[in-house]
Amino acid sequence: MSERNTEREGLPGPAPEERRRPKGRRSSQGIRIDPEAEAEHPPRRTVISALVEHEPGVLARVSGLFSRRQFNIESLTVADTQNDDWARITVVVEEPDPGIDQVEKQLEKVVPVIHVRELETDAVTRELVVVKVDADRPHEVHAITEMYNGKTLDAGPRTITVELTGDEQKINDAIDAYRQFGIREIARTGQTALARGETKTAVVPDHLK
Amino acid sequence: MTDHGAVTEPDDADDATADEPAEDGEPTESTAQTGAESVIASLETAGVETVFGVQGGAIMPVYDALYDSELDHVTMAHEQGAAHAADAYGAVTGDPGICMATSGPGATNLVTGLADADMDSEPVVALTGQVPTELVGNDAFQETDTVGVTTPITKSNYFASSPDSVGEDVSTAFALANHGRQGPTVVDLPKDVTTGETDVDPVEPSVPGTVDVQTHADDENVAAAAQTIVDADEPVILAGGGVVKGDATEELYAFATEHEIPVVTTMPGIGAFPEDHDLAMEMAGMHGTGYANMAITLTDCLLAIGTRFDDRLTGGVDSFAPDAEVVHVDIDPAEISKNIEADHPLIGDAGTVLDQLDEAMPGSPETSEWAEQCREWQQEYRLDYAAPEDEPLKPQYVVEAVDEATADDTVVTTGVGQHQMWACQFWTYTEPRTWVSSHGLGAMGYGLPSAIGARVAADDDQSVVCFDGDGSFLMTCQELVVAVREQMDITVFVLNNEAIGMVRQWQDAFFEGRRMASEYPWVPKFDTLAEAFGADGFRIEGYDDAPGVIEEALATDGPAVVDVYIDPTEDVYPMVPSGGDNGQFALSEEHL
Ligand SMILES: Cc1ncc(C[n+]2csc(CCOP(=O)(O)OP(=O)(O)O)c2C)c(N)n1
Ligand SMILES: [Mg+2]
Repeated sequence: MSERNTEREGLPGPAPEERRRPKGRRSSQGIRIDPEAEAEHPPRRTVISALVEHEPGVLARVSGLFSRRQFNIESLTVADTQNDDWARITVVVEEPDPGIDQVEKQLEKVVPVIHVRELETDAVTRELVVVKVDADRPHEVHAITEMYNGKTLDAGPRTITVELTGDEQKINDAIDAYRQFGIREIARTGQTALARGETKTAVVPDHLK
Repeated sequence: MTDHGAVTEPDDADDATADEPAEDGEPTESTAQTGAESVIASLETAGVETVFGVQGGAIMPVYDALYDSELDHVTMAHEQGAAHAADAYGAVTGDPGICMATSGPGATNLVTGLADADMDSEPVVALTGQVPTELVGNDAFQETDTVGVTTPITKSNYFASSPDSVGEDVSTAFALANHGRQGPTVVDLPKDVTTGETDVDPVEPSVPGTVDVQTHADDENVAAAAQTIVDADEPVILAGGGVVKGDATEELYAFATEHEIPVVTTMPGIGAFPEDHDLAMEMAGMHGTGYANMAITLTDCLLAIGTRFDDRLTGGVDSFAPDAEVVHVDIDPAEISKNIEADHPLIGDAGTVLDQLDEAMPGSPETSEWAEQCREWQQEYRLDYAAPEDEPLKPQYVVEAVDEATADDTVVTTGVGQHQMWACQFWTYTEPRTWVSSHGLGAMGYGLPSAIGARVAADDDQSVVCFDGDGSFLMTCQELVVAVREQMDITVFVLNNEAIGMVRQWQDAFFEGRRMASEYPWVPKFDTLAEAFGADGFRIEGYDDAPGVIEEALATDGPAVVDVYIDPTEDVYPMVPSGGDNGQFALSEEHL
């Protein structure tokens, strides 16, 4: 049987302050950094596009993933594609680079996900907004709508409802312009996007085509 | 009903619970296969031998299909036990463990076990009953949204939609649980789907076309990583659970010994490298060895294999291996640079990539000085404990004594707490798949049901020992009935400190000794409790009776429980407090 140390003493070895120390340091993202420098990985906003199998629960899986992993998302859209078996999810995220990398890799692990990629900055992105404003100054409202290439969907004695599409910046500017009339309600779809030109938004492996 | 303690055939056990009314789902007369039969046929096709489970209304059709099947069924006392047993079965064999439960409470009772399997990447398939499809969404009796509840804690899950496809759902779930990075899956089985008819035959398990696992790492990355390792002065290998799960222990041994690189393990990595080897630095992290934590803190090149850099391992990431270039081998790309940035990401299967690396190594690093330093730390910081004659029995002694009294291939399972850490520290693991514990989830109650699963999985001549805490044992001790019924040879050592000791230790260290709800004013006599179940009960009160009782308990055929009265004041050290600096591990409370 084991030999016992019957002395009343604790664990042997040099105390913490007597030990050799490493020179370096890591940031909170686990990246080796200059110990003197400020650890900084600023977030950036980007569009991630996922092609997924069109099956029940896939949106719940994806949105659950975002909340569980505390990914900071600005918007998420999902809808059909040219193929009935597929749907496309477009997510706008704001994360530092390691976070964006994680978003892509974690999405890739969701079983019904076919392909994931971060779109380039030249991607074609669009959002649709429906704005309902007070109808006190209908001509001015109309002028703003024209200016932003919008469309009037409904004009009544008390409210006017318009539709606008554009990139995020344009939508934000338009909403600002409507504020003077008194905005009653806004509904935004969130951004949807495709890669520009010949670049593929999603690459589908042959055996899934 | 059967007599207490009698050995029961699985099929009889099914009958014993058949008093629950089956309101719907008339037994089918036709010769065509039911959905339930298709489920069982799929399991058989996948090579499954044993199912752990508990009966109940919505799963009855599936149990009925088991009646005529060759599959063994182990009737557990609680569904959590079924999930832990399946998890341990997966850990010991490497093949998916199967558990089964009814809808509602049966399914929710599985949740802890599934979460555990998810955290520890254990292959588990859970089959859950569900109310008939037409009642889903109506808050029907025993209806729970099992797919919703289990989505965040499984690799994937399926709601079976038709008798024609249910067999394939089960095959797919089995394949996924076993594929790439292993993990749990669930198939939810509405009663109309399992009672409905189908003529679709079972299929061989295969994963969905969207799943693509890379096993071979990019050659260029391998070459660069190999160069980094060769250029290193103070390299360390960090072996995680992925080495054990990937069956890469031989490749690891060959690589480490050929290039003389010290090996540190994570907790799930225990067993990846023989702890009696010179290069074995053993477990690092919160309660890791001093020498492992020195080596991992000061290394200039960390070859990490199959690990997710859990915070119990890294402590605060700012001070984790801060001088090291990190080569990270993992089959799951999402683990690369998740917590610790990889300078050399090598995505692939552990064994395959180790072979690739070995091939690509232009030589070996010059490590003799570093290896010497590591050996010095092994001496300086050797694990020890004070055991004066006038103090109660020390738990560390018990772990060492049981280790000495058993063969090397003995499987050790544990609960969660101090006893678990002593089982890590004071047992010398030399073989893979002999260490079975709740690492990532830290689920008290894991010990006994996992010993049952391990018993079913292990070879007949292999021993299964469980080190449990009094608190942990009380969470699932009802599973003793299963061990007795099935006459399973398991020896449980309850390291009884009449407290949830780990909490008591933290209260003493970090809450000014305010011992709120951590000391038990009364615990049962575990030896007599065992006897009430029909198991053999033993008690150890001190050093004098320890060796004899350990021998006797181990020699008992069938389940035995040893109530070990240990020193309730004993603490676990070394210790790195949560978020702390591994290199600054405390050797006693004064260092905290
Ligand atoms: C299910 C569960 N509940 C609570 C905890 C928190 N916890 C961690 S260790 C511990 C003490 C365990 O007591 P015991 O099993 O007697 O082990 P000891 O630390 O005394 O060896 C507790 C309560 C946990 N890990 N799991
Ligand atoms: Mg205890």
